[in-house]
Amino acid sequence: MSWSRDEMAAKAAEEIEDGFYVNLGIGIPTLVANHIPADRDLILQSENGMLGMGPFPFEGEADPDLINAGKQTITELDRTSYFSSSTSFAMIRGGHIDLAILGTMEVAQNGDIANWMIPGKLVKGMGGGMDLVAGAKRVVVITDHVTKSGAPKLLKQCTLPLTGQGVVKRIITDLGIFDVKGEGLAVAEIAPGVSREQIQKATDAALLAWPDKELA
Amino acid sequence: MKKKVFGNATDALAGIATDGMTVMAGGFGLCGMPASLIEALRDTGASALTCVSNNAGTDGEGLALLLSTGQIRKMISSYVGDNKLFSDLYLSGAIELEFCPQGTLAERCRAGGAGIAGFYTKTGVGTVNAEGKEIREFDGVPHVLETGIIADLALVKAEIADEDGNLIYRKTARNFNPDMAMGGRMTVAEVEQIVPAGSLDPDHIHTPGIFVQRVVQSTRAKRIEKLTERSKEVAQ
Repeated sequence: MSWSRDEMAAKAAEEIEDGFYVNLGIGIPTLVANHIPADRDLILQSENGMLGMGPFPFEGEADPDLINAGKQTITELDRTSYFSSSTSFAMIRGGHIDLAILGTMEVAQNGDIANWMIPGKLVKGMGGGMDLVAGAKRVVVITDHVTKSGAPKLLKQCTLPLTGQGVVKRIITDLGIFDVKGEGLAVAEIAPGVSREQIQKATDAALLAWPDKELA
Repeated sequence: MKKKVFGNATDALAGIATDGMTVMAGGFGLCGMPASLIEALRDTGASALTCVSNNAGTDGEGLALLLSTGQIRKMISSYVGDNKLFSDLYLSGAIELEFCPQGTLAERCRAGGAGIAGFYTKTGVGTVNAEGKEIREFDGVPHVLETGIIADLALVKAEIADEDGNLIYRKTARNFNPDMAMGGRMTVAEVEQIVPAGSLDPDHIHTPGIFVQRVVQSTRAKRIEKLTERSKEVAQ
């Protein structure tokens, strides 16, 4: 047993406080929008130039001038505002975004994150990732605990080119929730049915502390 | 006042496209991309171009037109995924690439246009993006020096222009266009609609006409890159 992607997204949604301005990365992070608690109001930022991002359009109602940072068609809300890329990144780089929830390829126990490039393999680019991790007030990573081939993604030290140094505060995986403590990770929560041994085996980073209460 | 409105994209680029020049092109993917002007730039035959654009076009669209003809020597971009042609050219060494974080890219265009030669930012510190660049601490936090970009030519897309070159954008098609309009020594705007001078509400103008030297009607339909919809039946 472990958390599904939707359960991981629901855990990440608990990070959001009422009134937060939030940027969600591409992939699992986009699922977080489906799990916002009813008592919390948030505004989603899309770094291509929009605050107040709405859901996908109904069939036949897509607008080519209205897309998210993943280039998917979306909709606006009655509270939406639009702006230029430099203004958008003034929000991000200027520390005005309360929370960024991002996916990753690797994350290290000192908060380093590597999620934009595999040398010799993948030529895509960092997009707004380096700006987000450097500028958002809090950076939370949501990722599968291991790679498709079973290798740990929570490492002592990143091996891929970095997106940012010492920027990640919390990591949510299918096995649990981990807080970055510099010298290692503190396990804040363990997914139901997951054992300490299972986490230890799947983690390269040092594990410093375990939660007082573990779910059966 | 000197006439800014041109009859077509070819005329709008007449005499201003030269080999080796630096060209900014607005747009986020296909959204807000000056497609008619990029096509006209291809037809000028200008080569060895340095292109500054968030993306390198998608297969067969946008700057991919100039990639397929070999007119681009170097790209400055933040994200070039979704583009097999670019990937092939880059991996074979046929084209130079300077990756630039998206916020740094937008700010470099804005700064170039605003007479700001360089600026310090936290973005990219400790990554390959900061290698070889000056690092300076402000309040104990390391920042990297990034330089403004001034383009010989900026191609932008807006929704409405008046005859004086004042521009209004629409929704997320705005993106890099206002920043690049500032960053070009010569800025050409492609728009959906051209209206008489004085007919726009002055409070609603996004890019003042001082940044825009030429205006032309767009002749290419807006395209959707990743159509994503939800069904009405399962909604709610």
